[in-house]
Formats: sequence, C-alpha cells, structure tokens
Amino acid sequence: MTAISTQLDPKTAIYNEVLPARHPWSRILKQGQILRIEDLGGNQAVDFLVYNADDPSERYSAADTLVDQGNIYLTTGSKLLSNEGRVLLTIINDTCGRHDTSGGACSRESNSVRFGLDKKYQHACVENFLTALAPHKLGKRDLVSNINFFMNVPVSDDGTLEIVDGISAPGSIVDLRAEMNALVAISNCPQINNPCNAYNPTPIRLLIWDATK
Amino acid sequence: MQLIPHSLENFMVHTASTHSNAIDPSLVLIEDIVPGGAYWQIIIKRGNTLRITDLEGSKGVSMLCYNADNPIERFNVADTAKIQFNAFLKKGMVLYSDMGRILLSITEDTSGCHDLLGGCSSAASNAVKYSAGDWHNSRDHFLKALTRWGLGKKDIMPNLNLFTRVAVERDGKMVFVEGCEKPGSFTDLRAEMNVMVILSNCPHVLHSSKVYDPKPIQVTVWQSPPPGSDDLCRNANPEAIRGFINTDALFAQ
Repeated sequence: MTAISTQLDPKTAIYNEVLPARHPWSRILKQGQILRIEDLGGNQAVDFLVYNADDPSERYSAADTLVDQGNIYLTTGSKLLSNEGRVLLTIINDTCGRHDTSGGACSRESNSVRFGLDKKYQHACVENFLTALAPHKLGKRDLVSNINFFMNVPVSDDGTLEIVDGISAPGSIVDLRAEMNALVAISNCPQINNPCNAYNPTPIRLLIWDATK
Repeated sequence: MQLIPHSLENFMVHTASTHSNAIDPSLVLIEDIVPGGAYWQIIIKRGNTLRITDLEGSKGVSMLCYNADNPIERFNVADTAKIQFNAFLKKGMVLYSDMGRILLSITEDTSGCHDLLGGCSSAASNAVKYSAGDWHNSRDHFLKALTRWGLGKKDIMPNLNLFTRVAVERDGKMVFVEGCEKPGSFTDLRAEMNVMVILSNCPHVLHSSKVYDPKPIQVTVWQSPPPGSDDLCRNANPEAIRGFINTDALFAQ
C-alpha cells in the first residue's frame, strides 16, 4: 500500500493548496481519488468527517470502524466505515503513526464547559464543520463522531482518556483513497486551550490525485 | 402508577425490597419490564430519575438520549468521555449533550460497567454472529423508536452500552471484558433537563456469546429528591459545575 503513496508526485496532483490555520474545507472526492493531508507544522489536529456524496445520510461511523478493526487508533490499512458498514475511505499511507477517533470535535459549548464560561465565543471545530457542510445542504443533524488526524488521545486500562502532546512531526502525511464518491469536511482545528495543536494552530497542505491506473 | 400485567408482577424486583437503595414505592411513577430483544422509549421529566435494573445478567443495553424540548441536541459520547477524562462511566459522572449541557447524572450505580466505544448491533453484525434467524438489533430499534418522535436515520448517534465494558490495551486493541453480568445491579440516571431516552435491550455487539439470549431488564421512573447543595454529580469537578450552569440556564425563563 505504501508503494502507491511513494508514487504520488505533488506535481501531478489535480489539487494542491495550503489550508490556513483555523479554516474549514470541504470537497467531493470521486471514487478512486486520493486525498493527502500534510501536517506542515507538526502536531496540528485536523478534524475530519466524511459522507457518501450520493446519499449523505450514509456517513462515517467511528464505532463501526473501531469494532471492525478491533483497535481504537487509525493508521495505514484502516478502513473508514459508514453507518451502513461500507468502506468510505481507506488510509493507504500514514507517516504519523496513529490518529484518533474518540476525542470528538471542539465546540463553543464544550469549550465553555472544559475551559471556562468566558471561552464560549472562541472559534471551534463545530463552527468550521457547519460552515463547510452548509453549501452541501447539510447541518447539525449531520454531525457525528469525527476523526482527528494527527491528534494523540491515549486511553488507559482504567478508562482514563486525555488529549496530550502530539506525536506528529512536521511534514507528517496521511493519504486517503476514496472507495466511493465521498464528501469530505475538514476543520483545521483552532483549539488553543489544550495541547492538541501544541497551543499554536498552524496551516496544513491538502493534495488530491486522480485515481491511479 | 402504570398498571402491570399480572403475569409480569412475579418478575418485578419489588422496589420496596431489602436493597439498601430501595425506592419508596410512593415515589414510583412508571415501572415496566423490557424483555430481552425489545426496545423501550420514554420522555423523563427534569428532576425525575430512571433506574435501569439488570435482572438476570444483562448482555448489554444500548441507549440513546436527546433533549426532549429540542432533539437536535443529542447525547455525545466524545464530549462525555473527554470532558470527564474517562471513557468508563460510573457513579458521580454525567452524560453530556453536544451543546455543553448535562442530559443525565449517574446518581447511583452498582454495576460499574458501562461502555462508550462499542456502538451497537445491526442486522449485519447479528448475521455474522448468530445462527440463521430473525434476531432483533439495536440499529433497527433506534430507527423505529426515533420515528415515533418524527426523527429518523440522521438522528442515530453513537450510543452508550449499559452493563458492559470494553477495555483498551496499550496498543489500542479493544477487548470485550467478560463477566460483567451482575444480576440485581442497577444504574440511576437523573434527568437534568427533559430527556428522550431509547433503550434497546439487544446484546452488545462485541459480546462473545454466539447464542442470542438477551435478558430482561426492569425500568423504573421515580420522583427523586431535588439535588442538595452537596450533590455528588453537580459538584464533581469544575467542568460539571459549568455544565450545570449551562443546563440550568435552559430553565431560567
């Protein structure tokens, strides 16, 4: 699987843009296309949701994905399953090591609980997701447990769970192949109250290649 | 008090039993048995408590809940785990919505085993696990229950599983913990707003038994006393204090 990614030349990408810190993004991937997310600065959480582009009521299911693979961490080989048990995307290459799908997305409301009532006007991932999904006529009902690429959330045997210092070096990449037409929504996480972005949200690079072969 | 068919009365764990957490019968508002494989839904009014009792050794009960006055506000497993820094719910912890408020407080719990990670069973997972048959599953139950409230597929969210535990090993491997069945154990969930609750009494998707044999549970809605100034859940930690401020604000007008 890694062989496919090493053949991916940014010069042949049909899309190659830097997404600024704190920004939202969405795009429909055609079946077979490959999306690369590059953590330019290191330790930048990238919140991620994906839907069947042809019927968005079919959407990413963290529980189906984790139960199928028997492991809470996402990495090379992980199949991102939908609520219908079908594969939306496959992670075909990951140089970070592991990604989270248990920590959820930050919101203005949860920020007010976690960090202080005065934090409720800070920017947050749910705001970005709502912005990214609105042009596709999706909204809050379409928000489900998301993926956090490059975010480190270990779970201990007594259930203790915490967002801690990241393990993603600058230049870490994750490559995702669309196994069906897939609507992707990204929030380049703006959180500054915990270590998920090393207290400094940074830009990421997004590239898309057409299907190989 | 809701009338109970005579045939079911023999099954009831009578709440005026010798149990130290027995409920005063005069406070019981609704009581029922949910057979194995069935589902149950209700709106719990703010301040009342739902007790779910494992009668015979439950193989898991899948649960979803919503703000009854605005069901787009939903139980959120990720916020519940990360705000409380723990994926295993227990007495003193709460169930958070996705809008910084508390739906339910766990005011008592003699089970100690509840799971936020495993999700729920489906027709497909049943087909893999059990011999041929028309076995009920939680995904379909949730959909049918939601339809009764004018909601649908998009409102099915990641769920809680009662009376079961999924452990996580150092490398991330998920392991269903055997032997959590504790007949007679129960959990008390106090409604902190008006809450729509759906219980699907189908086995946990990771339960190892290949025989479809879910056990009945008892559900009791009772009139719990208003929380005192020393309430365990309301004072558990600074986050909970803020969460309750947000929740109380819903009822300020």
